[in-house]
Amino acid sequence: MIIKIALSIGLLLYSISTFLYLYRILKGPTTSDKVIALDSIGMNLVAIVAMLSMFYKTNAYLDVILLIALLAFIGTVSFSKFIEKGKVIDRERDN
Amino acid sequence: MKTNDVLLRNVTKVVAFIIFLFSLHLFFAGHYNPGGGFVAGLTSAGAITLTLLAYDIKTVQSMLNINTIFITGVGLLFAVGTGLLGVFLGKPFLTHVFGYVNLPILGKTSLHTATLFDLGVYLVVVGVTLTIIQSIGESD
Repeated sequence: MIIKIALSIGLLLYSISTFLYLYRILKGPTTSDKVIALDSIGMNLVAIVAMLSMFYKTNAYLDVILLIALLAFIGTVSFSKFIEKGKVIDRERDN
Repeated sequence: MKTNDVLLRNVTKVVAFIIFLFSLHLFFAGHYNPGGGFVAGLTSAGAITLTLLAYDIKTVQSMLNINTIFITGVGLLFAVGTGLLGVFLGKPFLTHVFGYVNLPILGKTSLHTATLFDLGVYLVVVGVTLTIIQSIGESD
């Protein structure tokens, strides 16, 4: 019972945090702000899925956590490479 | 301006292996737990995409010398071949067989030909995803 109350409060706080990141994505002055906010939303999603899997008393969602973290990492790396060089995948290395 | 991606390259060397091991786990967990050939294929393609991001297309092709369209064809061959196995046994198409085998180290293991069908799905997903990414990346 106390765990469910604590998980509900945690989910509420993480949804407020996600909405604040959403504000940063909509209003961010530069592209880098938006990319950082998107990465942080991915990390918030990891926490939300972990708490939901505790809420529903199942361990079927535990693979999703690792998958979201890996996809957020790959997406952020590709976005930052696009910001830095203008293209994501090089044909031939220049350094 | 010359850039030096030493952090990204060293992180990639570790993380790509972790992603690949995770995809193997997803592939073999698919019968009793969430997972399966599709997600495992996408995750393996994600590992190779990460090395494509850290290095370049020529380096990755010299690292793993594979023809992605050939992988897709082999995967389709696996899928059709396990389907035809049921036909040769006098059963309907795509009838799968399974049995319990005593392996030397693992002990009593349940082996199922649906795993070979899943291996076909895995190879097709890896091949198609890498073909799309490489052919878009090569065109300027």
